[in-house]
Amino acid sequence: MDELEKAILEYVIEEYIEEEDEDEIDMESPLISSGIVDSFSMVSLKTFLERKYKISIPDDKATPEKFDTVKNIAVVVRELTA
Amino acid sequence: MSNMGDYKKTYDDFTWDKAKEILGYRDGDPINIGYYCTDRICEQGMGDKLALIWEGFTGEVEKYTFDELRVHSNTYADFLRSIGVKKGDRVCLFMDKIPDLYFSFLGILKLGAIAQPLFSAFGEEALFTRMEDAGTSVVLTTKKHFRKVRRIKDTLPALKHIVVVDNDTLNLQEIEMSFILKKATKIEKFDSYEADLETPSVLHYTSGTTGKPKGALHVHGSLLCQHISAKWALDLKADDIFWCTADPGWVTGTSYGIIGPWSLGITQVVYDGGFGSAKWYRILQDYGISVWYTAPTAIRLLMKDGTELVKKFDFKNLRYMCSVGEPLNPEAVVWGREAFGMPFYDTYWQTETGAIVITNFPNMEVRPGSMGKAFPGITAVVLDMKTHEVIEQPKKVGLIALKRGWPSMMREYWNNPKVYNSKFIGEWYITGDRSSIDEDGYFWFVGRDDDVINTGGHLVGPFEIESALIEHEAVAEAAAVGKPDPVNMEVVKAFVALKPGFEPSDDLELSIMNFIRKRLSPLAMPQEIEFMEKLPKTRSGKIMRRLLKAKEWGEEIGDTSTLEDD
Repeated sequence: MDELEKAILEYVIEEYIEEEDEDEIDMESPLISSGIVDSFSMVSLKTFLERKYKISIPDDKATPEKFDTVKNIAVVVRELTA
Repeated sequence: MSNMGDYKKTYDDFTWDKAKEILGYRDGDPINIGYYCTDRICEQGMGDKLALIWEGFTGEVEKYTFDELRVHSNTYADFLRSIGVKKGDRVCLFMDKIPDLYFSFLGILKLGAIAQPLFSAFGEEALFTRMEDAGTSVVLTTKKHFRKVRRIKDTLPALKHIVVVDNDTLNLQEIEMSFILKKATKIEKFDSYEADLETPSVLHYTSGTTGKPKGALHVHGSLLCQHISAKWALDLKADDIFWCTADPGWVTGTSYGIIGPWSLGITQVVYDGGFGSAKWYRILQDYGISVWYTAPTAIRLLMKDGTELVKKFDFKNLRYMCSVGEPLNPEAVVWGREAFGMPFYDTYWQTETGAIVITNFPNMEVRPGSMGKAFPGITAVVLDMKTHEVIEQPKKVGLIALKRGWPSMMREYWNNPKVYNSKFIGEWYITGDRSSIDEDGYFWFVGRDDDVINTGGHLVGPFEIESALIEHEAVAEAAAVGKPDPVNMEVVKAFVALKPGFEPSDDLELSIMNFIRKRLSPLAMPQEIEFMEKLPKTRSGKIMRRLLKAKEWGEEIGDTSTLEDD
């Protein structure tokens, strides 16, 4: 896990996961399809990423599929910061 | 050939006695929804037919016949009775769309208790408000959600049991217990409570402009409406495979994700894997869905991914598509034709109406953008905004009103007769929506008549959001309004004035968004926050929410003479 993935995972755990369940999530855990993050909650996650990494994530990259795991989200952020 | 046949003839000849005949109900007989959706279907020789095909987010699939649905709901009813649940007790369902949700819902009804489904993404405050108001005695939940209940249980004196239904290895505390259906003794026979038409069945909470969310109480007799509307408006037939995408935390998910279709012995698909265009197309294709009931927000998201994606799938069984939750824009109706070779049929109803009341019908011309016509048995009109007289003139906008007395009309707002009574003017139930009616009887939606925010097909009350906003440490005063959104129709926008010592910042905005998401729900989370020095108020100090809303919608601000000096 690189620094980017670590930072996103930490944010997801902090904001979306119950403290007792923290050990059950990793960078490949499904977020959207499991209901941990729903389509409305995605907005705050997207806002966090845009602010922290000073990027603008277009709609076609902020899809449920592309935001479904921390690993996938990191791919999107890497593309936009490259 | 559609189930209903000719609309005008059916509408003109309709009586509620005919609905009883169609359901096979005779006056004086018991009418328990749990029984009608399970035991009766088995008695009709369909016990081995598939009732539920469920797919979870990891791809696991479970299938249940009507006989299994009968036994599992019996088992839940028996368990609930064993822990002291009685007729009329409120039993809350707080879980994702897992099979246990469906079994327990029917089990609660079989027992004669009242099912109180709550959206599993609700935060603690939203949960507390609704459980406290209902005096909920038992909540059925899962490991994923039970800690939210645990954190508020001490503030809910009526709550006797928190039951975790998917895990029996948790370190449980006082009033917490587990019940695992697969490990329980199967109850082959359970005598359903002999409900009558007026026995309470389901309590669904909905939001208004002011005050707390209100619990719309329905009765077992609502089945008459849900049964015939599933037959006529959704056109469900014996061989159909039906997919209602709604969550049973909301009324569509119970009236048409459970009651209507199963009372007809229809096989239903439930997908608990969230939204995704390709995923949803795969569900339509792989399970051979023939009738699909979804929401405009989902349709607009699918539209964004284009028709190319649609064409990669084979929907050979799909024959009828309907929509509910908010007005379906004409473009979406037209896109349905282009992508699937058929339009989406818009349906209109509310938590309070319990079943479809205005709709497009399968053999009726669809006029893109129209809500359709009144359902048989429903007298629907528009009333003049000021005089409340019925408007006879075509295309003149008024309040949509329904003549009271149809079987699935809510019977009360729980603990709130004053607000309940305010929803009626004489013989008319006032929906709070505005529309016009054209020369041919088609209704055309215009908008809400209040400040309730319709986001993604769900109503969110601004008062509840504002009350939560001012609990944030930085917020001095706040207003929440609906802002136009191309996908969700509206999203929540908050206007916030900060307390001394706090400055607007990106971090603060995100902090407030997440604060609301966790306390209330993702739906209530402002998707935008505008910081202001102070909010516009009347001279009596009331925040002028409508002025802020008008600004977002680009409307005339109107009379501002009562504004505080600026």
